[in-house]
Amino acid sequence: MSDKKSPISSSRRQFLVGVTAAGGMAASGWGVALTPTSASDPTRIQGLASSALGGRSPHEALKRMPAYNFLSLTPLESLHGTITPADLHFERHHGGVPQIDPTRHELLIHGMVNKPLKFSLDDLKRFPSVTRICFIECSGNFNTRAEEKSSPQMLCGLTSQSEWTGVALSTLFREVGIQPKASWFLAEGSDAAVMTRSIPLDKAWDDALIVYAQNGEAIRPEQGYPMRLLLPGWEGNTNVKWLRRLELSDAPFMSREETSKYTDPLKDGTARMFSVVMDARSVITSPTFPQNLEKGWQEIRGIAWTGRGMIKTVEVSVDGGKRWQVARLQGPVMAKAHTRFSLPWHWDGAPAEISSRATDETGYIQPTRRQLIDTRGRGSQPYHLNPIMSWIVQAGGQVFYKAEPWA
Amino acid sequence: MSMLRSFTSGFTLLLILVNSTLAADHDLPVTFDLGRPVTAGEIAAWDIDVRPDGTGLPEGRGSVQQGEQIYREKCIACHGENGTGGPFDTLVGRLPEDAFPFALNPGAVKTIGNYWPYATTLYDYINRAMPHNAPGSLGNDEVYALVAYLLHKNDVVPEDTVLSADNLATIIMPARHRFVPDNRRGGPEVR
Repeated sequence: MSDKKSPISSSRRQFLVGVTAAGGMAASGWGVALTPTSASDPTRIQGLASSALGGRSPHEALKRMPAYNFLSLTPLESLHGTITPADLHFERHHGGVPQIDPTRHELLIHGMVNKPLKFSLDDLKRFPSVTRICFIECSGNFNTRAEEKSSPQMLCGLTSQSEWTGVALSTLFREVGIQPKASWFLAEGSDAAVMTRSIPLDKAWDDALIVYAQNGEAIRPEQGYPMRLLLPGWEGNTNVKWLRRLELSDAPFMSREETSKYTDPLKDGTARMFSVVMDARSVITSPTFPQNLEKGWQEIRGIAWTGRGMIKTVEVSVDGGKRWQVARLQGPVMAKAHTRFSLPWHWDGAPAEISSRATDETGYIQPTRRQLIDTRGRGSQPYHLNPIMSWIVQAGGQVFYKAEPWA
Repeated sequence: MSMLRSFTSGFTLLLILVNSTLAADHDLPVTFDLGRPVTAGEIAAWDIDVRPDGTGLPEGRGSVQQGEQIYREKCIACHGENGTGGPFDTLVGRLPEDAFPFALNPGAVKTIGNYWPYATTLYDYINRAMPHNAPGSLGNDEVYALVAYLLHKNDVVPEDTVLSADNLATIIMPARHRFVPDNRRGGPEVR
């Protein structure tokens, strides 16, 4: 019987399932059956019927934080483990989220190739598939002007992690045949910004993917549906979404984003381009603002990551950086992936300052705010900033971000 | 029971052997014969990028005066009178002696005249993404004219300039020599 012909609406049916199964239970239980989430004793009443699509408990209010229409931030402090639920993956776009019909979308590969080709989504799915877990972080992921009442989401929620599935870009490049003189390629999106970035060809032979799936399902529209470039460990903007074109060349194209935007002015009067590998970073996710601590055992938790390989250690300090303890890393530790760290901590009720710092497998140690400012200059923002961040625990248990001027 | 077990495990072993033999037939080919050939016309329809050496610049031409007219009509709401003071990016401004204070002074505003290293990027970007309320709607002549106008407002070209594929790529932007490749190499050094 189709739903259209059914005399009973699905919500009515759901209600009846609860009532019928409840049988001879007291009439006072009926109202509870209508809103089972508020049942005072869920063992005394049948729950909801099975459904086509699951949802979160109404008690969980997870939300991205949208701003300016062109970004939204992941609630890092509300998440566990290392995978970001797809609907909470951060957003950053330059021309809105395009609405794309996948049957009309094609990927063109041309330029310095032997055989220019267009691939449909179905074509891509017929190639050998590759799945990997990695983070994507926007290179503008630190708020230098944040106040003490800031959560990790507000400070640096432009990083998320997914399990991505697609085809190795090297597989596609073998399909079209790359000419020997090619050394760069342009990646172009089919959004209103027609976003373009130049990518060194080496990255394609190394670990670049064209992905069509995220956490087991098709990529979300905000993340590039139906296909995006995935460059593990590289700044978010290079992972071009809604990908429609790759053009091989022997030099970079010098698009607007890679020249006038995502560059780092340096103190010697130069500006650094193509600084695309994300340096090591860690962020404490608990305890952080707006938490209130009770005395006793806590677990200091957070995530650490590096675009250069694996996280080697994360250290945590509870005394403003005087002494550092090595945190536990939750395995498996994967290259270019958010890595969960934790450290048990017994809080005695005295004021404390909690910080974390990551070291990656190349020996790079996450810098302090002072190191970054002294090295690059206080005006060199907002890109590629990865300072050690600290949290102040007050005697009453309130936790605040340790806000300091970027100066 | 033990006979059955040994039979099963022997069977499994056999399967593994058979499977590993089969796998050799399925080594990945160099190509998969997927994707469809494209015509030159199909490529041209999407190949809109313009490179620093001028590759990709289309036919057409535009003057500073024409650019000013188009700017007043289609750009001024976002970028302000004379390319400054609008709600979106400031486009116009040079600094005395073409200083480059951006690392030291967070208040220094980056503009086309004091920061953009390539004039070709202006054509490429305006053509693909502007104006914000109608991206991709400008004709070649209009884009050339807007580039000419914005470069003139930034004191990069004189007022009588007419831009086309012949001369746009020859323009050297004031900040061109400032840009360097990534100098980080991994390892302990913070740069």
